[in-house]
Amino acid sequence: MNFLSNLISGLSLGSIYALIALGYTMVYGIAKMLNFAHGDIIMVGAFTCVVFITNMGMHPAVGVLASVVVCVVVGVLVERIAYKPLRSAPPLSVLITAIGVSYFLQSLAQLIFGTNQKSFPKFISLSPITIGQLTIKGESVVTMAVTVVIMAALTLFISKTRMGKAMRAVSEDKQAAELMGISVNRTITITFAIGSALASVAGSFYGLTYGFVGPYSGSMPGIKAFVAAVFGGIGSIPGAMLGGILLGVIENMAKAYISTELSDAIVFGVLIAVLLVKPTGLLGKKTNEKV
Amino acid sequence: MKKFLSVFMAGVMACGMLTACSGNSDSQTEGKVLYIGGSGPLTGDYATYGTSVKQGAELAMEEINAAGGVNGYTVYVKVEDDQADPLQAVSAYASLMDDGMNVSLGGTTSGACIAVSEEAYKDGLLMLTPSGSQKECTQYDNGFRVCFQDPDQGKYAAKFIKDNNVGSKVAILYEKSNDYSVGIYENFAATAEEVGLEVVTTQAFTDQSNQDFSVQLQAVKNSGADLLFMPFYAQQAAYVLTQADSMGLDVVFFGVDGMDGILEKIGRENQHLTEGVMLLTPFAASSTEENVVSFVNRYKSKYNAVPDQFAADAYDAVYAIVEAFKTAGVETDDETFNEKMIAAMTQITVEGVTGTMQWTAEGEPNKEASAVVIKDGAYVTYQDYTA
Repeated sequence: MNFLSNLISGLSLGSIYALIALGYTMVYGIAKMLNFAHGDIIMVGAFTCVVFITNMGMHPAVGVLASVVVCVVVGVLVERIAYKPLRSAPPLSVLITAIGVSYFLQSLAQLIFGTNQKSFPKFISLSPITIGQLTIKGESVVTMAVTVVIMAALTLFISKTRMGKAMRAVSEDKQAAELMGISVNRTITITFAIGSALASVAGSFYGLTYGFVGPYSGSMPGIKAFVAAVFGGIGSIPGAMLGGILLGVIENMAKAYISTELSDAIVFGVLIAVLLVKPTGLLGKKTNEKV
Repeated sequence: MKKFLSVFMAGVMACGMLTACSGNSDSQTEGKVLYIGGSGPLTGDYATYGTSVKQGAELAMEEINAAGGVNGYTVYVKVEDDQADPLQAVSAYASLMDDGMNVSLGGTTSGACIAVSEEAYKDGLLMLTPSGSQKECTQYDNGFRVCFQDPDQGKYAAKFIKDNNVGSKVAILYEKSNDYSVGIYENFAATAEEVGLEVVTTQAFTDQSNQDFSVQLQAVKNSGADLLFMPFYAQQAAYVLTQADSMGLDVVFFGVDGMDGILEKIGRENQHLTEGVMLLTPFAASSTEENVVSFVNRYKSKYNAVPDQFAADAYDAVYAIVEAFKTAGVETDDETFNEKMIAAMTQITVEGVTGTMQWTAEGEPNKEASAVVIKDGAYVTYQDYTA
């Protein structure tokens, strides 16, 4: 029973990682860049939820939707202002810019909200479900259910719509896609918008699970989600989902059965082991560089 | 522009000298003076601590002088600003010494207090810190404190839980990467074994993983514990309370002084989560003890604020020094003044607002620990809560 409880809380944690990892992996697949500011979009999402729901008294559903809109705007603005001018710059410059954006967002949040943790509105208040000795947190159930729906929708979008087709084309070969009449810039913008929307949803779940949000709340989940993306094979959407969920479960199992202090070391140890055996990650495809 | 600046600077310096002079004359107004000096953060992030110490100490000074002073002396208290910085605390100490300080209140925060204790040791001065809780604050023979030493809180907490039967099956959650938390945990566990308090599970976390407590709390739940001992700071405690609520963990949450501030951290909308949370502290402003009530009322009317632990500690510190001075029966300009004052510290008994205290030669106060319980967003003493 203990095992099941821990498994479920691991799955719920993993769902949050997976939602964030999707943003990393999509942006990497399409724009070939690591957007390290992605983690901080979660923080922006959680803070805007606090502002809309607690301070402005909006209905939770409206507040969450509004925070998704704000995150999409922030994500697209970041892409337009900070990354687009560097489209043909060396990857290192883009990477450093992304780190800069991350610090900018953190400092901005500190300026606006202060350094203290703010309490997050508990807009879904479900009492824990108890079956015998097994207790399942209400938030865990909601988090997992919404994540499954979002993943299914995203998979359909990528495989069935014209925009999804365009995204796959750009990720395969940017120049060829452009020759086929696909607007690469527009595709990249939409990718950022989708990634940020997912991060915002992850931010709401993060706030619901932990109850508090601070200016640095996004950094650790961001790093973990990046690891999850690499673990599953960066660039691969099913890989990010699998990687995120596995990472959450491994982390919780390590805490429960090995050591609460060593759980992070174990998580990263597993990552190293997987990469040694399968350098492209669990579901990553090997690409041959044409010389 | 440069000229303007130099004139301005000269003006600032002149003002500084004037205030310094006025401070001097203030301290030597009438007859013989027992000069007690200390420092604490009056500005900056930790300003509330230093301000409380200053106000508590000054209130004690006023009361003692209004009652005719001690041994024909008037008491003069001066608390300087050190911004919780050891370097500034040492320079504050030096300037107080130049000013004629007889007894030091050390520093308000532990780091600053340790730095001051080195200096006071060199000068042989009696140092009684209100709130320097780290072990090293009283490492020398001349160092004493009013508050509990950090690890000792673990000992007192275990005894309190056992004596008052607050819980019978205890779970512990502590922060493994924090000395404060580990020290209290170790003492708690040792004392629990001594007094026969059953510890059913011990869980830990680190500063790298201090947000997600689902696994640890699950283990607490499965262990069948009826009390969770939490020797760590308020922010983590807020996380624990929130997550425990969402998984339906129903135990008594018991913290130590680090948990003070939980009400602000958890926020008004989550206030209901703190209902019944207990923390170990020797001072509760809501106490119905006569001396505490009168202290709280006078403090309120003078500063328009409710005194906290720091104010109470400083208030008691000044009274303890005066008591030692009475017992020692020595003039401040006597060669053996410091020696006799330090010796007197271990002989006196002070009935303070933080309890009745006697001191060991190591500088630790020997007093009863009490606990407060949170009720409707306010601290209530344990006795009043259960009554």
